[in-house]
Amino acid sequence: MSDNVLVITEHLEGEPTEISFELIALGRRLAAELGGQVEVLVAGDGAAAMADRFGGADTVLVVDDARLDGFDPEGHPRVAAAVVEARTPKVVLVPYTSEGMDVASELAARTNLPLVSYCKDVRATDGLAATCQLYAGKIEADVEVEGDRAVFAVLSGAASAADGMGGGAGTVETVDVEVDLPGRVQALGFTQPEAGDVDITAQDVLVVVGRGIESEDNIAEAEELAEALGGAVAASRPVVDQGWLPKTRQVGKSGLTVKPKVYLALGVSGAPEHVEGMRDAATIIAVNTDPQAPIFGVAHYGWVGDLFDLVPELLERVES
Amino acid sequence: MKIAVLLRPVPDPVEELELSDDGTDLDRDFLGYVLNEFDDHALEEALLLKDETGAEVSVWALGTADEVDQILYTALAKGADRACKLGDDLGALDSRAQATLFADALGDEAPDLILTGVQAADELVGQVAVLVASALDLPHVEVVVGTEPVDGGIRVTKEFWGGITGDYQVALPAVLGIQAAREAPRYVAVSRVRQAQQEGNLEERDVTAPDPAPGVKVVEMRIPEAGEGAEMIEGDEAAAADAIVEILRRAGVA
Amino acid sequence: MAWAAEEVGREVFLGFSAVSIGLFYGLAALAIATFLGGFFLRARKYGRGRKVGRVTLRSILSGLEKVATQRTVAKGDPYVGVAHFLVFWGFVVLLIGTTIIAIDEDVIRVILGKPEWQFWKGTFYVVYALAMDLFGIGFVVGVLMLAFRRRRRPARLDYRRVDLDEGDYDRSGYSLDDKVFLGLLLFLGVSGFLLEGFRIAAVDFPPFEKVSVAGWLVGTITAGWGPVANDWARLATWWVHGLAALGFVAYIPYSKAMHIVDDVVALMVTDEDSAKALPPVDDPTRPGYVSLDSFAWVELLEMDACTKCGRCHEVCPARASGAPLSPRDLILDLREYADATADIPLWYGTGAEPAHRDATEVAGGVIGTDTLWACTTCMACMAVCPVGIEHVPTIVQLRRRLVDLGDVEPGLQKAFQALGRGGNSFGKSAKQRPRWTKGLDFEITDVRAEPVEYLWFVGDYASFDPRAAEVTQTVARLLHDAGVSFGIGYESERNAGNDVRRAGEEGLFELLRDHNLEWLREAQFSRIVTTDPHSLNTLRHEYPLDTDVIHYTQLLDALVSSGALRLGRLEGKATYHDPCYLGRYVEEFEAPRSLIRATGLELVEMGRCRENSFCCGAGGGRIWMDDTGLDERPAENRIREAVALGDDVRFFVVACPKDMVMYSDAVKTTGYEDRLEVVDIAQLLERARATVGAAVG
Repeated sequence: MSDNVLVITEHLEGEPTEISFELIALGRRLAAELGGQVEVLVAGDGAAAMADRFGGADTVLVVDDARLDGFDPEGHPRVAAAVVEARTPKVVLVPYTSEGMDVASELAARTNLPLVSYCKDVRATDGLAATCQLYAGKIEADVEVEGDRAVFAVLSGAASAADGMGGGAGTVETVDVEVDLPGRVQALGFTQPEAGDVDITAQDVLVVVGRGIESEDNIAEAEELAEALGGAVAASRPVVDQGWLPKTRQVGKSGLTVKPKVYLALGVSGAPEHVEGMRDAATIIAVNTDPQAPIFGVAHYGWVGDLFDLVPELLERVES
Repeated sequence: MKIAVLLRPVPDPVEELELSDDGTDLDRDFLGYVLNEFDDHALEEALLLKDETGAEVSVWALGTADEVDQILYTALAKGADRACKLGDDLGALDSRAQATLFADALGDEAPDLILTGVQAADELVGQVAVLVASALDLPHVEVVVGTEPVDGGIRVTKEFWGGITGDYQVALPAVLGIQAAREAPRYVAVSRVRQAQQEGNLEERDVTAPDPAPGVKVVEMRIPEAGEGAEMIEGDEAAAADAIVEILRRAGVA
Repeated sequence: MAWAAEEVGREVFLGFSAVSIGLFYGLAALAIATFLGGFFLRARKYGRGRKVGRVTLRSILSGLEKVATQRTVAKGDPYVGVAHFLVFWGFVVLLIGTTIIAIDEDVIRVILGKPEWQFWKGTFYVVYALAMDLFGIGFVVGVLMLAFRRRRRPARLDYRRVDLDEGDYDRSGYSLDDKVFLGLLLFLGVSGFLLEGFRIAAVDFPPFEKVSVAGWLVGTITAGWGPVANDWARLATWWVHGLAALGFVAYIPYSKAMHIVDDVVALMVTDEDSAKALPPVDDPTRPGYVSLDSFAWVELLEMDACTKCGRCHEVCPARASGAPLSPRDLILDLREYADATADIPLWYGTGAEPAHRDATEVAGGVIGTDTLWACTTCMACMAVCPVGIEHVPTIVQLRRRLVDLGDVEPGLQKAFQALGRGGNSFGKSAKQRPRWTKGLDFEITDVRAEPVEYLWFVGDYASFDPRAAEVTQTVARLLHDAGVSFGIGYESERNAGNDVRRAGEEGLFELLRDHNLEWLREAQFSRIVTTDPHSLNTLRHEYPLDTDVIHYTQLLDALVSSGALRLGRLEGKATYHDPCYLGRYVEEFEAPRSLIRATGLELVEMGRCRENSFCCGAGGGRIWMDDTGLDERPAENRIREAVALGDDVRFFVVACPKDMVMYSDAVKTTGYEDRLEVVDIAQLLERARATVGAAVG
């Protein structure tokens, strides 16, 4: 067993995702704590071409296998497990994402390593430990690993992506792993969402509506406010699921990540999956009737009250 | 086609959570449980597949909460063909233990498709969907938002991020972690659930809770300070509006 | 030939050959057989319905009283009331007149062979003749009045449907039926007088016939033709009038005229209170109405009783807001479905949409899902129906079927799920119910722990909605200041279930009710008071409690009258909105008004007040459902009505938490926020009390 940290990176259509770099940054800190190195795994058809993106890693392990088309829910976990068996890292970091969910649990089962999910922070100073978010962000748990190796499924925002883009040796190593790929899951292709009228990632101001908006009708008021502020309306998942706004307006884990100057959250509870998409906004203002809403944990400013009372007051002041 | 749906009770998200005396777990004495929202979607997807293909739908739950009986009867009332309760009074189990028990029970059952929710609120040590798949050496796809039965398998749509989805053809048997069913979970009248309760068609099997897998120990749980990050604005909506407009000005947008 | 009458009276079949008489009796027998056959078929249809007990001496007498006075027809429409009174009594008296002839002639003379017993002569005849003419004139006047009303095309007689596009249905059959009915009645009346005139002229004006004023008048006009011509005219008119009359008799059960029989019976078997205490589910495996046999015989009868007067259509708040519900069309559609299923013939084509004939489901098929969910159960339709049709319980039974099928509006589904979990529709934990008490500076007694005089059943909206909760706090302060012994159930209280039941979820209603009964039965108290009229209705009418249940305005009124609460004076004008469930359901109109006046405010009534109050649109579970797609929300309609009272009416007074919520929103969305203040009675009292100190000090 080495003292290394292995980061399982993820990519979509030839582009590594931002969370991959966040994990590399986290990995660098952990590796320092452990006295080891940061290795990253890039696996997939065409992985070799992405290898030079990972300057934050000490070693870039490339598994360029044509059988791994796009993201393979069967192949990728098996490849990751094989690499872990081969490299015996102390710590494995997997992004807590759609791809990561297929990878982490199977990887842990195959390698018989303990798995800690929903990590917002990982520490290796005195044994392996993590802080996890459970129950939709209502509970934080400090967790210790009994043993000296573990897999951590990490939420976005645990570290800064910029810190993970450089500072490593970046040595590329092609890895040959014997992996049995039964091919029971065949990729049929990706679908991009319909181009929406508005690109919420390009806005300075976002007025974001959550469940608290209560009905499709009420969104018009939010739109009026957004317009008055020179921005656009975005939404959390429940609103999009209802069909009240298109998917292109969704902020969060399965939606888009945004970093506007101002993020005004109206009736958004702030579940971790949503927060993931907006935690880096410059100024976050949250309005919710529930003083326990997790959104207040990430917002810069908060008001406990009824958005339906507030919005007309805001409109009055802003439109004048 | 035989479809098995795994149903799990989770603490009612509406309730305020309280911690146990030693601070390492929730205070479960007065905790109310409800069916995990994603498992409800998994059940709905299974019932839609049943409507389409005449599949047999069985629902499975571990006896980890009093509400489990009600959850199973509700599933029967909605149209599930069989309901199986594994164990009774098992107490809280981590996701790995749950997965082990499910996998053991399903091993003999050999369903063509196992559906459950993409995640549940208490899966600290891994997703039950994938852990069950690993235990049974079955392929799995997580974050599924649509299924379509086809010859020789099932086509599924997996959601990535930013609205991007990927389609996959999956050979059966397989495990799917459902994010959202094609339609909102159907309603079933209380009187039908009561009828199911009276008919009492619950298969009950004894299982013993496995020893907790060594590896992960919760040292402390806490409720994050409300607004520990945020500077809270006081006053009524007029005062709040004034304050927010000021913040907007400082941010350069108003 | 001139005919001379020798006695005071007249000869029946004067100048008829035996063959003619025989022919007439033959046709009469045919007409009567057709009439009986038609009603037999209808009665058989009613017989297919469920047996329910409705016939009591009291109900019969009550029905006869309504029929005799015609007051249900006159209510709200004196012109039609007078007209129909004339038509009804005219018809009855003329019918009696014909019957008298039949008895005197056919029974006494022909069958019994006792001509010495005949009475239709002499003074009796003179009185008879006068009565016939006067009532006959009244009859014709009444029919003409109604014909003129119909010609003006009033809105309520517009048969356009609210749920289908005009090209997709055909109601010309209904219009034809209306015209023919009116025409026939008018024809019978006028031809009757013509006949009388020709006869009087033909028998050379016997002096006692002067009492037959109309006939005498006609006769003097035609006298110039000579007695022979008049006699021929008499014979011809006799046959025309006779055939028309027999034809009318035969056609009654196959046309709108059936209401002559059906409405009398309907008024004798109707139950005004059936919406207040709904029947439980008979068969839990098949709740609600599934097919024709599910309906009660009374309901099938009442469907036939409908005369398409359109009053329910006019007053319905759902219809007014643009929802696809018209109570009139609901009843007519059910009737068409029943007639089609039971093979009842009509003389006109109903032009029914094929869907009715082919629909396998009543709930969601014959009657659309959206139509059924649109109802607010306000009972305006039942209150205004002149013939006692019970629309609301029928709708609830059909909703029960929809719920059983899982065909539940999404917002409603969410509400049911929340109610099943936390006992409230807000999706909040049951523990949060008493949170509103935190805003008080005193503690409210817990009835589960201590005995009190008044158990205050607070209600869902009154506990959880912030605007309503303000009122609740005000009520608490008032009761506290008045020294009333009261307490609440804290987290044990659940939604009383009134609207859950009316939304068709009977199983959930039972759960809520049983849960509430548990803690209510253990608590010690003398009476129950509630802030929520919906809870009031179900607690009083549907919970097996033997305590009085009153509304907080009734309690406050008593406190003000007794001096326990002293009020100062407020200035200004206010209008009061009668909540559906306090007004129509519980019949409490006075207590709130007395309180408003006690504060010194001048009460200005809206046109639609008291029993005619216009619903805010929240009842029947509607407050949980999506109301996008309505042209104008009922609450907005109501606010505009209040605003039209004049600039100086500044207060819109409510006495129900849902009204507070609905009207607070409506006053904003209609832009009248600065013009009209929505305020609860309790809040007015608190303001009035604040001025007591000022007056004294």
